[in-house]
Formats: sequence, structure tokens, C-alpha cells
Amino acid sequence: MSGRLEVMKTYKLYINGAFPRTESGRSYEITSNKGEFLANACLASRKDLRDAVVAARAAQPGWAKATAYNRGQIMYRIAEMLEGRSDQFAQEISLQTGASAKESLQEVSDSVDLLVWYAGWSDKLPSLAGSTNPVSGPFYNFTIPEALGVVGVITPIDKPLLGFVAAVAPILVSGNTTVALASSTSPLSAISFAEVVATSDLPNGVLNILSGQQSELTPWFASHMDIDGLDISGLPTDQHGAIKEAGVENLKRISAFTKTSEPGRILAFMEAKTIWHPIGN
Amino acid sequence: MNFEYAAAPESRSVVKIDPEYGHFINGKWINGSSHFNSINPATEEVLSRIALGTAADVDAAVKAARNAFDKSWSKLSGRERGKYLFRIARIMQERAREFAVLETLDNGKPIRESRDVDVPLSAAHFFYHAGWADKLEYAGVDTTTTPHGVVGQIIPWNFPLLMLAWKVAPALATGNTVVLKPAETTSLTALLFAQVCQQAGLPDGVVNIVTGDGSTGSAITSHPGIDKIAFTGSTEVGKLIARAVAPTNKSLTLELGGKGANIVFGDAAIDETVEGIVNGIFFNQGHVCCAGSRLILQESIADEVLEKLKRRMEKIRVGDPLDKNTDLGAINSGEQLAKIQELTAAGDAEGAGRWSPNCTLPDKGFWFAPTIFTGVTQAHRIAREEIFGPVLSVLTFRTPAEAIEKANNTPFGLSAGIWSEKGSNILWASQHLRAGVIWANTFNKFDPASPFGGYKESGWGREGGRHGLSAYLKGSAK
Amino acid sequence: MSFYGLVDGSDSSLRNYLKQLPGVDQVGAEARAAMLATRSIKTTSKAWAIDTAISMVDLTTLEGADTPGKVQALCSKAFRPDPTDSSVPHVGAVCVYNDMVGIARQHLDSIGAHELPVAAVSTAFPSGRASMAVKLQDTEDAIVAGAAEIDMVIDRGAFLSGRLIEVFEEIVTIREVCGDRAHLKVILETGELVTLDNVRKASYLAMLAGADFVKTSTGKVAPAATAPVVLVMLEAVRDFYDLTKVRIGVKPAGGIRTTKDAIKQLVLVNETAGPDWLNPSLFRIGASALLNDLLMQRMKMSDGYYASPNYVTID
Repeated sequence: MSGRLEVMKTYKLYINGAFPRTESGRSYEITSNKGEFLANACLASRKDLRDAVVAARAAQPGWAKATAYNRGQIMYRIAEMLEGRSDQFAQEISLQTGASAKESLQEVSDSVDLLVWYAGWSDKLPSLAGSTNPVSGPFYNFTIPEALGVVGVITPIDKPLLGFVAAVAPILVSGNTTVALASSTSPLSAISFAEVVATSDLPNGVLNILSGQQSELTPWFASHMDIDGLDISGLPTDQHGAIKEAGVENLKRISAFTKTSEPGRILAFMEAKTIWHPIGN
Repeated sequence: MNFEYAAAPESRSVVKIDPEYGHFINGKWINGSSHFNSINPATEEVLSRIALGTAADVDAAVKAARNAFDKSWSKLSGRERGKYLFRIARIMQERAREFAVLETLDNGKPIRESRDVDVPLSAAHFFYHAGWADKLEYAGVDTTTTPHGVVGQIIPWNFPLLMLAWKVAPALATGNTVVLKPAETTSLTALLFAQVCQQAGLPDGVVNIVTGDGSTGSAITSHPGIDKIAFTGSTEVGKLIARAVAPTNKSLTLELGGKGANIVFGDAAIDETVEGIVNGIFFNQGHVCCAGSRLILQESIADEVLEKLKRRMEKIRVGDPLDKNTDLGAINSGEQLAKIQELTAAGDAEGAGRWSPNCTLPDKGFWFAPTIFTGVTQAHRIAREEIFGPVLSVLTFRTPAEAIEKANNTPFGLSAGIWSEKGSNILWASQHLRAGVIWANTFNKFDPASPFGGYKESGWGREGGRHGLSAYLKGSAK
Repeated sequence: MSFYGLVDGSDSSLRNYLKQLPGVDQVGAEARAAMLATRSIKTTSKAWAIDTAISMVDLTTLEGADTPGKVQALCSKAFRPDPTDSSVPHVGAVCVYNDMVGIARQHLDSIGAHELPVAAVSTAFPSGRASMAVKLQDTEDAIVAGAAEIDMVIDRGAFLSGRLIEVFEEIVTIREVCGDRAHLKVILETGELVTLDNVRKASYLAMLAGADFVKTSTGKVAPAATAPVVLVMLEAVRDFYDLTKVRIGVKPAGGIRTTKDAIKQLVLVNETAGPDWLNPSLFRIGASALLNDLLMQRMKMSDGYYASPNYVTID
């Protein structure tokens, strides 16, 4: 304000812990809800998606093998990092959506609290969602919930930060890795979130963030044979059918949600594994 | 001195099969408009004529189910619903022998299996789910207690009565009503089940049985009045149904194919392992989605295990399914037999080594000798495609990591077996195997309390246990 | 002694050999045995099985109250189980305490049953708790009195406390005493060994030491010859044949009371070790009450109606 020129942020993708630009070299304009220019965001291509999935797949076994305690700690640290940047994120939300400072700060607080809430589920959900099953025979039989694998996210358009956090947190907490497509119109919060993640202890490749057009990329998410699940909460409902159909080729587990905090969002991207063993000597 | 077992046939007289059947809709028997033959695959005799369900028949069934849901079934408390299921379970136990003989005649499986496995497990499923009916609020972490409404259920021919139990019991326990289509070649025990519903006094329209073929199934999966579809069958058909259902609001669970890896480590209890291998692939003629159809042997004990396996296979008694001493019965249909023959011919062509014990196969009916292929690699068709017959593909591994890698290298993910005497190894392998059901030092064990279902292309969702139940409630997490 | 070339007689060699044997999964073994028990043996196969079972019975009396009169009656029964039907085969052997051997042998010879052997329990049967000198004398006395078969007991205390070489050496010594005068059955007393892993190890130990037969039990301890135990022992003799080309016999004893039980045993043999074992030189059943049930079932098969105990002799 006092005549000093601001250094503008370049918004890039976040893949495998690094911040590459889109390999396509393309960008598109992000404007405020009043049409003012805010930034050029990367227009990610299907090849960026391809690379992100490779990174997510490579990172998945290690992330799933981390103890639940460890994953919970890391997610809590993500919350810590976000808390520390509350003003930054609140400002960004206001710029994109026109929300008041108070509303924007509320969205950031809600996002932090939601991260904390999901972090706490990591070492508790298996106790509730798993079971020992009283089978009729000399066998020990138990069911454990396991992470599904690589899950894609199509982020909702409104609530650019909260919608994003509500989608990725439940996916990550159980040991999945994810490739998330930020909201097309307001991607800045999701892209900035990469800064939070990069300063937490989340291993590279666990969370990958793309910005681009839903219409261009969603079909590629749906058809990718190495994506195991999709959260399509950010897609208009009239498009759900087509995406679900496209996902049938590898029987992707595809869901959409309305509530931000429910353990169902975690369980939707988990598999139940049941194990039998005889009891004897 | 040879100990020949004389014929020990179970009597057919306990069963009465009508020459023709209609559909069971709204508590009554409705005549079919056209019929097809249902045969005994062991003898090719015609057992009965089964009605071919039309779109109109399906529509009538759905209307009856909807009416029953709105007017009677949803008005009942969970406790009352449960008591109907207890009645059904008890009557099935009372008529156990009848069901077992009928299942063997219609399906071709040995009477010992239908008597000792299929029928008791089916009754147990109803008994188990009866107790859930009034406890739905405890069903899970994130479940509602609201049923979907009318569910359409399509079941396969390999365990006709058991698959019916797996579908109908949880559906009814949670308050849904049912339109069920048994498989084309195995309708008889489903039709007998309709009699049990009548004997139990189940309100009209709660369970409706419409027999038929693929076209009948399509009429069900595409009917707009159905809220949820549950399908067990091939991955190919499962995907067709999933695509058809994608643009709708129907909920869908799928139980599809598999190519289960049965992994034998060098420290396994060898004799029990051989039994487990035999059970894994020859139980039910290998017509099992979770069959241990890929034997993955640690190289260090491969020769020993194979020798014992071959010797054990020579004791397998192939023949009349109604004989109480028969171990391996008939292949369910000429069509399935052709598929098995095609894939085993591919095994020969690809250079795998085929071996079967000497056995005399009857001239009439559909039969296939128990067979193993050694020298199989992941690239062979017989290592990748589901054969759904008494054919075992044998591969080897050197290290535990290699075993897991081979086991997981498939689009399927239904079952896996682990044979080892080392506890930590078992738990490690269990952790790494991408399969919904893992049998360690055992195989092909089922129980209503034990959730069953697959990862990846083996399906969506689970059946049995709390996990299976929650699929029949609206808006539930798994 | 060469011990089939599999062990060298030392403690370490024996330990190593037994240690590398594969384990037995109890639930799996029980399941296999239970499945074989569902075999339905009818009509002609049942008739064959009954006669075969009779010929395999080691008709036994091992009571403190045994007297010459009792033993003689047993011997008559053993040779002519049904006085009204001479088509009934004689049993496999008569089994008595060693001080009754002479009486048994004399009586059997007097009725013309020269080929019916007398088996004697020895080595301080049933507990086996006595000095080696006593056990040796026990065995020698029996053989001198006319026993063609010796049923010895192993030292279970030594086995369970890991002194395997002692168990081994006792068997070797008794085998030497038997020489070619008598065949040796080694009683493992599986009820005291408890686990199937132990049954497998003890079977191999006994075979390596020179047993001609491995026998489950003394009949004085329960559980005795359960199906999973017999299954594991049949697997052991089968696998031992693969290794050595020598067939060792199996004798379940104790708890086999009915024809159904006996037929289940024969099915176990048939589908485990194989038909080569289905004769009295390789399979015996230690029993007493079983014989009458076999006779009653035999009567039902030929007459077509249920029999009564009045029509079979009590001894």
C-alpha cells in the first residue's frame, strides 16, 4: 500500500512433493467473484494426472504401512501448519469468493478443526469398523478395514478450502494416497494447501494437487485403470452417471458426499479384509 | 487287497419335483408364459420345466414387492421381522434332506457337500440375520436404519440355495422386500424356498421369485421400481450391470470372479496343506469364485508337495453326485464344460504340463477329471483367467515377497490362502495380500458372521457379518 | 545298526531328524479325519470290511484279575468267534500280560489254532516306569513263554522332557532282544503325548529304532486311538515307506468299540497309507468288546434283521 510492489505468487501443481508447472505449459485465469484478475493457474493436462497417479501409487504402500498413530500425528501437524497460515488462507478465500473476512477466517478455522477431527480417527476407526467374527468352528476370524489404494478427488467448487480439506483428509487418514483436482473456479486455496503439506511430514506423493478444468480432466480420472476410487462430490449430480459408467472398467469405488464430517467418508475408500486361522496345537 | 466302496446312493424319494413351475409372486404361484428345460447335469435327464420370466412378470413382482414394502413389511417392528426369519431358518433345517437332494439333482454337486455344507450354511444365514433385524441401530459406525425398499437380486448356479440365503436373509432382516432371480440352470431349490416362505407365513410379496435367463435378469436390473441391485456372477456381467446402473440412483453390490492364490511356504504342515489345496480347487467341482485356483509353491518344497498332491488326487472319487461317497460331481452345464475344455486346451497349447489321475467318467452328463497344470507362469491364460472348474494352475516362488507379488498380480482380489507354520509370516502375508478373504492354514470356510467379498475387479461390498448387512441400509458406509 | 541310513544313532542326529519333520495342523487333521468318517460303507463292501476287521482284531485281556480260565475262554473265542458259523475268520492275535502267555499259547495249540499268534505287553506295561533290567526281563519272559509279538511301551516321561535318545535306545534294545523270535509293536501312548506333532515325531522315532508296528495306546489312558491320531500315524508309515521301501504296521487300540468305529479305521487306512496296509500283517485293532459288535453286524448282513447280544458268546 505504501508504493512497494508486491511479489506475486506463481501457482503451480504439487506432485510427488515437488512444485512443477503443468507439462502442457498451459494456464488459465483465476478471477475474483467480481471478475478481477487474481492469478494464472496451471491448466493441468492428462499427462500431469498420469504423473501424479504414478507418484501416488508409489507412495501408497509406505503410507498405508505407517502406523495409525504416525498417520494421525502427521495429519495433526498439517492442521498445525494450516493454523499458522490462517490469515494467508482467509485472505485468499475472500479474494476468490468475496466472502467477508470473518466468514473466510471461519472457513479456515473449520478446516483446521476438521483436519484435527479426521486425524483423531486414524487409530480408532479400525476398532469400530473391524470386528472379530464368532464363526462356528475352531477358527480365529477377524475383519480389518484396509486402505483402498489411490483415490482421485474432484473438489467441490464452493468453500474452496473446506471442501478440499473435507475430501482429502478422510481419504488420507486411512492410508490411501490421492490426486486431487482443485476447484476449477477457485483453485488457489487447494494449491496453497500444498505449502502446508510440504512443511508437514507428509511423505512425497501421498497428496498430489492439480489445477485445471473439471470437464477436461474428470473423464481421465474416471478411466484411469490405476485409480482405485473417486470422490466426485465436486461434480454436478447430472454428470455422476457418466463418470460412474466410465469407472466400471476397473470397478472403481465412486462416491459423492454432502456432509463434511462423517466417518463414512473414510470408510467409503476402505476395503474389508477377513482372515481365518485355525486354533489348535 | 482292494477296498471297493459299494454304491451308497442317497434316496431321491424325499424330493417331489413338479413337471412344470411358474413364478412365485405376491405369495402365489403364477403361470409362466413360456418354459425351458432344467436338467440334471449328471445324467442329462430333464428334471422339470422352468418358467421364462418376462418383463411383465418382473414388473408384477416389483409391484408386489413395493406393495408389500409399503403396506406390510415396513410396518413391522424389527423384532417381528426377525421372528419370520427364525421360522424360515427352522423350516429349512426341518426340510434339510429334501433341500440337499434337490440341490444335488439340480446342480450336480455331491450330496455330501449339499448335505454338510450348502444346506446347513443356508439355514445358518437366516438364523444369524434373524437376530440383526431388531438391532439395526448397532449395525455400524455410520449406518442409518432405513432400508432401500425393493431389492433385485440375481444369483449364480454354483451354490444356488446358499447364494439365495446370502441375498435374502440380510435384505429381509433390514426391512427390504425382494425380487430374486435364480440362475437359469438351477432354479429348483429357490422354488422350494418359496414353499418355505409360505409355510413360515411370510406376508405376500415380501419375497418374490422370478425364474428365467439373462433377459429376465436385465429386466430386473433395469426396472425403475427397484432401489437396490445385488448381483453375484461373472465379472463380465457384473460390469454390464454396473454400467447400466451408473446413471440411476440404484445402489449396487457385486460379487464377481476370482483367481485365488493359494501360497504354500516351505515350513507348511504338508499333509494338511495338501488337503487344503484339494479342498481349495476341487470342492464344488471348482465352481467357486474364491477357489484357490493358483497354487503358488515355494520352490524348496514344490516337488514334495506335488507328489503328495498327485497321490491324494488319486483318491478323489468322481461320479454319481447322489452317492454319499462321491467327492467330485458333475460340471453344471454343457456350456461350462466347454469353457473349461477351452481354457485347459489353451494350457496345453501354452506349454503347461497337464496331469489328471485315472478316473472313469460316466458317459452321460457333463464331467471333467480333476486336473493340475504344472510349469505355469503368470503370462499363461490359465494363470490369469477364471476357469471355474476342477483345474489347478501351479506356479513357484523363491522368496516371500515374490509370492505376494505373484499373488497380487491380477485384476481380481477375492481370496487367498497362506500355508505356513510361522505365525508372524502368516500375519505378514495377510497384511500384504490384496484380497477380501484370506484363509491361513485352511481354505473355503464360510460363516454368516464372516464378511465375504473382493478387492478390485472381484466386486463391490461384502456379504455376511455386520459389513454385509450395512449394504442393505440406506446411506451407509461399508 | 543302520537305522535305515536316516540317523546315525547319536542324540544330535536323532534330534535334527525329528526337528525337520513337517508340523501337523490339528484342525486340518481333524477335518480330514472327519471327512473320511462320512464314507458310507454298505452291502458288499461292508461285509468285506467286517470280515477284514475281525481278522485284524488283537483280542485283548489286560486285567489284574485275569486268570487262566479267563485267558483260555478268550483264546477259544479268538479262534472260533462264532461257534455256530465256521465262515467267520479267526482274529489277528490274542493279547495278554506276559505271565499269561504260556497259558494262552498252550490252549491255542490244544484247539488247533497254531497260526494264531500270542502278543504280550511288556516293558512294565502300561506305565513303563521301571528299570531297564526289569523291562528286558519282562520281554524275555514273554518270548520264552511263546509270545510271537511284543507290545512295548515307550518312556513318555523321557519323551516329554526331551530325552529323545533315551526313548530311542530303549526301543533299539528291546528290538535286539526280540531278534527274529518276535515282532515288535511300540506303544506311543498318544493320549499322553497329546499333540499331533508329538505323535508324528514319536512315530518316526519308533520306526527309526526298529519298530515293526507303531501302536497308539495301552488302552488304559483316554483319549486313545482317535481318528486324527491314527491318521497321522498312517501318514507316517506311508511316508516312511517312500523313504525306506519298508512297510511298518499300525495298531490303534482303545476306544474302538463298534463296527462303525472299526470300518472308519479301515477307511482311514485305505485312503491314507493305502490298500497295501489292509491286512493283519500291517494293521491290527486292539479291542475286546468290538468283536461281538462285529459279529452282530455280520449276522445282520447275512440275516437281514437286527441281532441280539444273546446270539454272540460273551467269551
